[in-house]
Amino acid sequence: MDKDIVIEIDNLKKKFGDQEVLKNMSLKLFNGENLVVLGKSGSGKSVLIKCIVRLLNYDEGTINVFGKDIRLLNKKELAEVRQKIGFLFQSGALYDSMTVKENLEFPLIRIKKNLTQKERNEKINEVLENVGLADALNKMPSQLSGGMRKRISLARTIVVDPMIMLYDEPTTGLDPVTSDEISVLINDVQKKYKTSSIIITHDIECARATANRIIMLQNGETFKEGKLEEFEKSDDKIIKSFFKS
Amino acid sequence: MGKVVDFAEKKSGDFGEKTIATTEKAGGFLTDVADFFIFLTNIANDTFSRGFEFKEFFRQCFQIGNKSLPLVTITGTIMGLVLTIQSRPVLVQFGAVTMLPGMVAISLIREMGPVITALICAGKIGSGMGAELGSMKVTEQIESMEVSATSPMKFLVVTRVWAATLMIPILIIYADAVGIMGSWAGANIKGDVSFVLYFSQAFSHVDFMDFLPAVIKSFFFGAVIGIVGCYKGYNAGRGTESVGKAANSAVVLASLLVIIVDMIAVQITDMLT
Repeated sequence: MDKDIVIEIDNLKKKFGDQEVLKNMSLKLFNGENLVVLGKSGSGKSVLIKCIVRLLNYDEGTINVFGKDIRLLNKKELAEVRQKIGFLFQSGALYDSMTVKENLEFPLIRIKKNLTQKERNEKINEVLENVGLADALNKMPSQLSGGMRKRISLARTIVVDPMIMLYDEPTTGLDPVTSDEISVLINDVQKKYKTSSIIITHDIECARATANRIIMLQNGETFKEGKLEEFEKSDDKIIKSFFKS
Repeated sequence: MGKVVDFAEKKSGDFGEKTIATTEKAGGFLTDVADFFIFLTNIANDTFSRGFEFKEFFRQCFQIGNKSLPLVTITGTIMGLVLTIQSRPVLVQFGAVTMLPGMVAISLIREMGPVITALICAGKIGSGMGAELGSMKVTEQIESMEVSATSPMKFLVVTRVWAATLMIPILIIYADAVGIMGSWAGANIKGDVSFVLYFSQAFSHVDFMDFLPAVIKSFFFGAVIGIVGCYKGYNAGRGTESVGKAANSAVVLASLLVIIVDMIAVQITDMLT
């Protein structure tokens, strides 16, 4: 396996009942790149990244993360792989019953077990400053706006220094200004933490701002793969319908 | 003739569809039962595996115990008061009014205290767990925990089940105590009896074997409420509607199971004494 490949997916198939959501889906994520997976709602994008962290089991094909077939991993090995992956959920998925600080501490205590309380506090303050919300430390998630929740959620994901980031619709439901800010943050995370990322989106502005490479999904299959410029110049009707704005 | 054949074909067709539907329902029920037993096995495994979440466990004990106190206090007091007011005239008729404290104490300790408090807790705690875990499922918080390499089963379910198992017996004993105080208040509406005398009369009729089976079954009530509340919430569907359904079915099933456990406990106690 190529040393630069961090995730390799081969002929992935996933069905829900009779509905085939992913049909022979293949992709490679290279070290340090932002790969945008673009597609209409219901094209299987979110299912794809949930399969990568084995939140969903797939029917056929293989997923290799850091060269390990994730289907063959036992509970402990899977936990080790998951510790290296940050997952930003569409809804933010902040724990409602905890303050922002407790939300950030939650993965830190469990993954970075050797840190002292002082080091944990420093790390939390650092990531909160990175997402521009240093003053939200003692707030409850219910006191935060949609954009703030996404930022805190991103902070919670990066606080454990993941090597891979999986973003599930990071800008959905946000106003254009906040969406742009989130896109900037995604790029900042890539540069600062040297992460490799898969960004699932149907927001073309987010794709334009963040993509090093794009894969377009259509009916559970790879429809086109290439650089942003190739998509912008394409005459294909489906691609044009995405990139017309 | 043709009509008879058509009718027979239609009937056989209906029968076939009904058979398939019934088989599917039976299959669904068996799958649910299997899921429930897998859930129980996971609770047992995660309880005894390394890294028990003590902080969350104590937080849940506080949520279940302390925050249920006002409700249990009111229910327990009214239970004792009403039982005394209702029983007094009958006992007066038989000239057995002196038996009133003992009768109320035995009724409360053996049966009414545990069952009514457990049913109240099934409503408050069971529905709370169902709704909380259900909404965590809907908003992807449980999945988020899983990808943070934390077992949501261990953090959310095991802690809640054990907290309910330990706190509900305490609430039940507390409800018995305030129930007897309510009973004393009820006795004083039409009489005049000192608190100390009433209590000593009440407990002169109660022995250890009235108390022990009630306490033992209280632990099972707590476990049932915790397990059902968590099971329904943890396995809630995807939409917001499923949160309501999870809370509702947690209350219904937990209440039903409390009654069934009580019936079994009474039978076992009866056989052993």
